Amino acid sequence: MSDAAIERDAVVMRARQITKTYGATRALKGVDFEIRSGAVTALFGENGAGKSTLMKILSGVETPTSGILELDGREIQLASTVDAAEHGIAIIHQELSLCPNLSIRDNIYMGRELVRGGIVVDERTENVRTRELMARLEEQLDPRTLVADLRLGQQQVVEIARALAGDARVLIMDEPTSALSGNEVEVLFRLIRELTDSGVAIVYISHHLEEALEIADHAVVFRDGELVATGERDAIDIAWVISNMVGRSADDLSPDLRDDFGEIALSLRNVTVADPSNPTRLAVDDLSLDVRAGEIVCLYGLMGAGRTELLEALAGRAPIQRGTVTVGGRELRGESIADRIRMGLALVPEDRQRDGLVQTMSVGENSSLASLSAYVLGFWIGDRRERDAVEKGIADVRVKTSGPSASITSLSGGNQQKVVIGKVLMTEPDVILLDEPSRGIDVGAKGEIFALMAREARRGLAVLFATSEVSEALGVSNRVVVMSKGRIVRQFEPKNATREDLMIASGEATEEELTGSAHR
Amino acid sequence: MNAMTTQQAEPTATKPAPDPKRPSRNVDIWSLLMEGRAFIALILLVIVFASLSDSFLTMNNLITMTKHVAYNAILAIGMLFVILKGGIDLSVGSTVGLSGVVAGTLLQGWQLELFDIVAFPQVWVVVIASLAVGTLVGAVNGVLVTRFNVAPFIATLGMLYVARGAALLISNGTTYPRLAGSEELGNQGFLLIGGGRILGIPTAIWIMVVFALIAVFVLRKTPFGRWVYATGGNERAAELSGVPVKKVKMRVYIISGFCAATTGLIISSELTSAAPQLGETFELNAIAAVVIGGAALTGGRGNVRGVLIGAFVIGFLSDGLVLLGVSTFWQITIKGAVIILAVMLDQAQQRIKRSKNAALAAADRQSSRQAPQADN
Repeated sequence: MSDAAIERDAVVMRARQITKTYGATRALKGVDFEIRSGAVTALFGENGAGKSTLMKILSGVETPTSGILELDGREIQLASTVDAAEHGIAIIHQELSLCPNLSIRDNIYMGRELVRGGIVVDERTENVRTRELMARLEEQLDPRTLVADLRLGQQQVVEIARALAGDARVLIMDEPTSALSGNEVEVLFRLIRELTDSGVAIVYISHHLEEALEIADHAVVFRDGELVATGERDAIDIAWVISNMVGRSADDLSPDLRDDFGEIALSLRNVTVADPSNPTRLAVDDLSLDVRAGEIVCLYGLMGAGRTELLEALAGRAPIQRGTVTVGGRELRGESIADRIRMGLALVPEDRQRDGLVQTMSVGENSSLASLSAYVLGFWIGDRRERDAVEKGIADVRVKTSGPSASITSLSGGNQQKVVIGKVLMTEPDVILLDEPSRGIDVGAKGEIFALMAREARRGLAVLFATSEVSEALGVSNRVVVMSKGRIVRQFEPKNATREDLMIASGEATEEELTGSAHR
Repeated sequence: MNAMTTQQAEPTATKPAPDPKRPSRNVDIWSLLMEGRAFIALILLVIVFASLSDSFLTMNNLITMTKHVAYNAILAIGMLFVILKGGIDLSVGSTVGLSGVVAGTLLQGWQLELFDIVAFPQVWVVVIASLAVGTLVGAVNGVLVTRFNVAPFIATLGMLYVARGAALLISNGTTYPRLAGSEELGNQGFLLIGGGRILGIPTAIWIMVVFALIAVFVLRKTPFGRWVYATGGNERAAELSGVPVKKVKMRVYIISGFCAATTGLIISSELTSAAPQLGETFELNAIAAVVIGGAALTGGRGNVRGVLIGAFVIGFLSDGLVLLGVSTFWQITIKGAVIILAVMLDQAQQRIKRSKNAALAAADRQSSRQAPQADN
């Protein structure tokens, strides 16, 4: 690497004994963490390990419950993102936080507009500087282009440009490449090197282990709210990261699975689905797959592999362009979601808050929503029938609640997810589709959800679930189907497959990276 | 509070899983007061007006005021369905006028130029025709919202003008003065709708009671009612649960149009004349009643009881101020302040509820972490 380091590897920012509690939950348990100038510190850890919470604290989004933040050896308080920005700390968020109705320029200068004479926004200077920034990022874009007209990858570039415009000394990047193409990633990495050469400290978070290791100078691994391992560039590889990331929790899963399956319950032949955000692209490309009664099939793949689009199209949310889908021997012909539920096909959606729950309704009302018609007598809902079914339903999935009339928002994520699954099970499906069923819930609840899935499969339900976590793919399925770019690239039996097999097949890591222990 | 929207976590004997670690709830007097605030406001209003005016608490005055409340309450019940779904219906005031004009033109003789005759339909035909026209306005709103994806505010704003225009066109801008009908034509009886009394109580009040009971039943007991709440609470989740979201939207606008047409018939019957201008700004009073009753304009939260209390608060406030001789300018100002206050209190109450639920959720997370793993 370059020798031009001005102030390389001096500690710019330090977190001492940071804890963060939400209610009674401890998200961070006394973390010590250092950020060095002119270097990239990569953070690894599964969802819920505490990475994002720490980054929110470092960037002023949240304040720690206890512990100290130091910048250049002096203690600082970050009450807001504005505070953080004044100290030269910037963050590129995982979710895009741009206003699509504004231009690139207006987004980059949002909240810190250049003003002439104290009144008028100096659009000309803003345009010039925006153009310079975009040139550095190798994007030929007019500063006045609306963000809504940009591709997702270009929007990500704008997000990065916005962080750069503030002349940050510490730059936190949370999944910056999730929407970028290979080419754009290369540009970003070149830029990161440029920045570190000029002394900027970078914190880099990515689920893409291969990529993160390529750019990392130091690596730090989080698990269950604690920092469990640190390593220098030359001493680490993917195997090291994974073993530290997973720790003991990997073996908490793996419930009993049966291996004698029934009839084919769900059959896909040459299914093709358009990408909803870009109709000229295919999200699912000519995919064929069978799931038998009692079988648990896992769709494994990276973000954007087409898993969500496939499951939503099967559930009736989006149209299937080509191909046939058969449920219990009956071919689907563009039925509504309600009709498909009646046919025995139901989806537990990926985004619980947005698609799974009605937040204004109680636990009981959420549970019975999909199966209401079963309790109707004449014109009205039979109170007793509904109450009995709800009580049976929520006991069946072991929701811990003070009763069916409790507000759904009074439950933890894990219990909310059980309500969503219970709601679907109450429709008495033959095939259940689950999209990232463990998203945003803690390890204990995760185990319960998968145990539930296995129990339903033993009772003869066909289960198709999507995940991007290797341990889940291998731990709780009869068959792993690896998807990439809308196609099935390989299928594995979990007992004959390793984590590395899945990662290579999905494109998460290459073979060389996994075999070569030392990193370039 | 309506059971549909009960947010309180009440321990029940039949709870499926015992929860040893539920934090004790302090039933503080504050949240109780907040819960019943609209009702408390109504009682306060009655006390204040009764002490300031001797005639306020007389039977006659109470009946007259309640009759005025009924006009708004019937509109507001229809509005409640739309607001629960997460929409809004600005066209109801114009529909009131249109339905009155349709009744007026039919009662005074319907010119059928093609046959060169004037038809005098019977009263029941007139009533059905007026209700059908109001329902049609609602159906147009529904089609605009569901089929053409026009925002409810815009669609119903447009229909506010269209329906008013139609009323003016039909009547040519003039008022139909005599709706009594005549004996030889056999079209008498229209005036009983708004002017008649049953057991000494005006029909308008009975109609309000019947509509309210039906609305309570539909919202609490039928799948459709549950769907309205679900669609307003989270449309995407409702749709993925198999709720026919479009059908629900269509129906709530039709219900609102029907209620508006009913109000139009009652008022023009009471006034014994039908003016095309009837019902101007009525939509705002209806929305105010719904909001004062604790419904959320974002949808999914609200109930019939609240709406009735809201309608009584608005009605008693205006009539009481008139009785005291307070100037119209002050009446309007006070009404506006009451609406703002109601929404501010609602926000405060929601904040309390949210933090309570967040605390429960945090406790739940903690306990699930400590709980032993579920067996398979």
